[in-house]
Amino acid sequence: MSPESLILIALAIPFIGAFLLLLSGPASENVRDGLTVITAIILFGIVWQLIGIVDAGARPSVTLVEMLPGLSLTFTLEPLGMVFAGIASFLWIVTSFYAFGYMRGHHESNQTRFFFCFAIAIMSALGIAFAGNMLTLFVFYEILTISTFPLVAHSGTDEARRAGRVYLGILIGTSITFLLTATIWTYVEVGTLDFKQGGILAGNAPKGVIAVLFGLYIYGIGKAALMPFHRWLPAAMVAPTPVSALLHAVAVVKAGVFSVVKVSVFIFGLDTLAETGASTWLAYVAGMTILLSSLVAMRKDNLKARLAYSTISQLSYVVLGAMLASNIGAMGSTLHIVMHAFGKITLFFCAGAIIVFAHKTDISDMHGLGRKMPVTFFCFFIASLSIIGLPPLGGVWSKWYLALAAAETDHIIFIAVLMISSLLNIAYLMPVVLYGFFGKEKPPAAGGDSHHGHDEHHHAPSTHPLLKPLTFGRAGVADAPILCLAPIVLTTIGCFALFFYVDRIRAFLAPVFGG
Amino acid sequence: MTFLAEHIAVLVVIVPLMAAPFCVLIRNSAVTWGWATTIGVINFFLACLLLQQVMAEGTIVYNQGDWEGPWGIVYHIDELGALVVVIVSAIAAIVFPYAKQSIEREIPVERHYLAYCMLLLCMAGLIGMAVTGDAFNLFVFLEISSLATYVLIALGKDRRALTAALRYLILGTLGATFYVIGLGMIYMMTGSLNMVDMAALLPSVQHTGTIHVALAFIVVGFGLKLAMFPLHVWLPNAYTYAPSAMTAFLAATATKVAVYALIRLIFTVFGDVDPLETYGVRIAVMTLAIAGMFAGSLIAIYQSNVKRLMAYSSVAQVGYMILGISIGNAPAMAGGIIHMFNHALMKGALFMALGCVYYVIGSVKLEDMAGLGKRMPLTAAAIVAGGFSLIGVPLTVGFISKFYLVEGALAAGMWPVALLIMMSSLLAVIYVWRVVEIMYFRSPAIGSEARTEAPLSLLVPTYILLGAAFWFGIDATYTGDVAMSAAQTLLGGSK
Repeated sequence: MSPESLILIALAIPFIGAFLLLLSGPASENVRDGLTVITAIILFGIVWQLIGIVDAGARPSVTLVEMLPGLSLTFTLEPLGMVFAGIASFLWIVTSFYAFGYMRGHHESNQTRFFFCFAIAIMSALGIAFAGNMLTLFVFYEILTISTFPLVAHSGTDEARRAGRVYLGILIGTSITFLLTATIWTYVEVGTLDFKQGGILAGNAPKGVIAVLFGLYIYGIGKAALMPFHRWLPAAMVAPTPVSALLHAVAVVKAGVFSVVKVSVFIFGLDTLAETGASTWLAYVAGMTILLSSLVAMRKDNLKARLAYSTISQLSYVVLGAMLASNIGAMGSTLHIVMHAFGKITLFFCAGAIIVFAHKTDISDMHGLGRKMPVTFFCFFIASLSIIGLPPLGGVWSKWYLALAAAETDHIIFIAVLMISSLLNIAYLMPVVLYGFFGKEKPPAAGGDSHHGHDEHHHAPSTHPLLKPLTFGRAGVADAPILCLAPIVLTTIGCFALFFYVDRIRAFLAPVFGG
Repeated sequence: MTFLAEHIAVLVVIVPLMAAPFCVLIRNSAVTWGWATTIGVINFFLACLLLQQVMAEGTIVYNQGDWEGPWGIVYHIDELGALVVVIVSAIAAIVFPYAKQSIEREIPVERHYLAYCMLLLCMAGLIGMAVTGDAFNLFVFLEISSLATYVLIALGKDRRALTAALRYLILGTLGATFYVIGLGMIYMMTGSLNMVDMAALLPSVQHTGTIHVALAFIVVGFGLKLAMFPLHVWLPNAYTYAPSAMTAFLAATATKVAVYALIRLIFTVFGDVDPLETYGVRIAVMTLAIAGMFAGSLIAIYQSNVKRLMAYSSVAQVGYMILGISIGNAPAMAGGIIHMFNHALMKGALFMALGCVYYVIGSVKLEDMAGLGKRMPLTAAAIVAGGFSLIGVPLTVGFISKFYLVEGALAAGMWPVALLIMMSSLLAVIYVWRVVEIMYFRSPAIGSEARTEAPLSLLVPTYILLGAAFWFGIDATYTGDVAMSAAQTLLGGSK
């Protein structure tokens, strides 16, 4: 099959899968879940094939439809986008398995709508990854926002609806006011929106315009959660945990930072940015975001909220790398998209397992829980190390490249920012593990179970073998069931593997960023 | 076919105009409906042929009774005029099939024939305004359509429809009168009523006080008819209390044709004068347009009746069209023009969906629509999809309009205007989302949870229009071409 049709098939698969889900939904849970997994696996198979094609040096391109005279929905593959497409589609498989365990264990309602929107969101993420011009990227960016809104407001409670409003308000607000304006402005300046290595604005627009445009783009991409437009991400944490894990640690937020890198490299060109200095002030904003949100994370007792602020901080690593306007920095950014994806999805999986199977949301309630859920907490520990950036885990490489870029561009201050941030990471992630393993279990509060808070979710444990708590044959141990635990272990292994295979990714990206 | 090709310019007006009186003779509800629907569909095909002919061969000039202009009445149809004819007849062709059940629910049976008769007359008047090249003839068609409109609104079930119709009658007549006064002054100065002829004669007298005053009268007159802020006060009640099918038809067509007439007068009749520049009113018009965009949307946010909410949204959308005209370069003008077409699709679909709601639950109040997502899933989905278009979400027609408008504003170096356009679409997010949240995240009142969907004869036309709103949002190359070439024709005249 030609690579061009493979691109369209890759986009069509989650779309078709979504509608099949809608039709099969009421029939049976098992049919629906099987369908999700099959869709996800086929999709990854195709994306993997496309990665091979791009690796061989081809740059297939296909136009779906011409929207306006001269402006079309076009998909063009290049290594940067394929990295994003690869992790999004791979982690979708993993998350699907996890989501079955979670959603059933949690007895969530409206599961069909949930998996439907999920599939549409994946399709949009792929559309963003494959986008051949800014218009296409914008179109799928907006679809991603809208398709994830029902996932955020999923439970329909007042809190969820409020969160949904914040989510939609900030993401739609920034994208329409800033991003769309910037896109059309670019079109007016250069008469094209096609992504081009080296940038289309290079030498085609006055310096002042480039500076303003760049600001509009970077703040228009609200999904990158650069302060002060970061509030939507913590708000989105009311969603079920698989959503937080895949979408708000991988697909949605990575779509944001991916767009930042893509725009920097393919619309402006890193050389143009370096010459005009348009991005320098944003590098400082990113540095501030890294530190401030880490500080906020330390003060959050709710585990998911803490992870959300940690994500905001880590996203700004990616933004920082692009803002340094050097090839090494952009390489670091792209690597960080991958490393952080594996690390953070593991952390969210663990948090979800703790919510569903131990009914705990606050870190202060998790003392001693590590002894009950040893595997979960061990994986949490490993993923934390990757986020912090210690060898032998993947996270070390992206920090290494980012620090190199800071040194290369004479911004020594950002090396300090990265180091301080690592310390802060230790300060907010390690206590969870330490108290989990060594903390003394609190005596149950007066009134028995009242501190569970979410008792409407507290159903009798399932008897299904895949959904039964794992005891490993030891008393006092009741870890998450295999359906949840296997994905956790898998992504944890991924964190290790990335440390050793980073050179493969680097070589894959070399055509974009050089050496 | 040569007969058809030769006379198509006049047929699009004559067919509905002649068909209307037959309704009064027939009187039977079902038969008049069948008759009117057939006429609507035939006229739609004629309109498409007309547009094709204009796109292929350029402007059509048709001399009535072979009396050449400027003595006789001349029909003068360029791309823009043909596009407006297509808009009006397309909406009519969709609203007629829809009207049957909707009207049965909302209008007493002995008045059905009147509704169809007036719809046909209104349609003839609106199309006439779009094809005529004679300024006084424009007034005649304006009155035909307006008189029919007053009746259509007064047919509403709610007694407040009568006061709404009366208010519109007064303000509408005022507007038409202003137009005639202005026209009389120009006639006094130029001695001609033929638009092309007037355009040639006007530059020689452009600096006289009479022409200044005449233009002011004309702009205010049509400003009233097209509900330009702050002359919009008749519109919300008229749209709210008119029968659902009539609201859909009027909202999709009447204001657009008035916008068209204003464009015609400013850019054809006053084309060589370039009045926006010459009289220094560009900023004033632009300010009014932007004020309308914001005022309309802001008021819409606080409405509890969804029909009225959409009516105020229309006031805001008219602001976009006027803004596109006032910026004065081709992309912006194309944006204004394409928005006439696009807004007709989305607002038509939205009011038709609201008609479905009214048909089933007998109300379009916000609180009565709680839980509608479960009760009427298809209708609720249609409202959401139409709302996306109002916001300007990509892949909907609203996005295309916004793209052109912002492109024009930026190309003219007016980046604050571009930002204001974007910000006003955020207001649309707010009023659309109020409806969405109530439909999907609020439980229905006790005793009304049962799933009841509107009949197919209402849903199918709604979805056809909605489908068009997406189709022309995904592939806007054709509408974009038409609008762009229309804009270039118009602006070419003012150079």
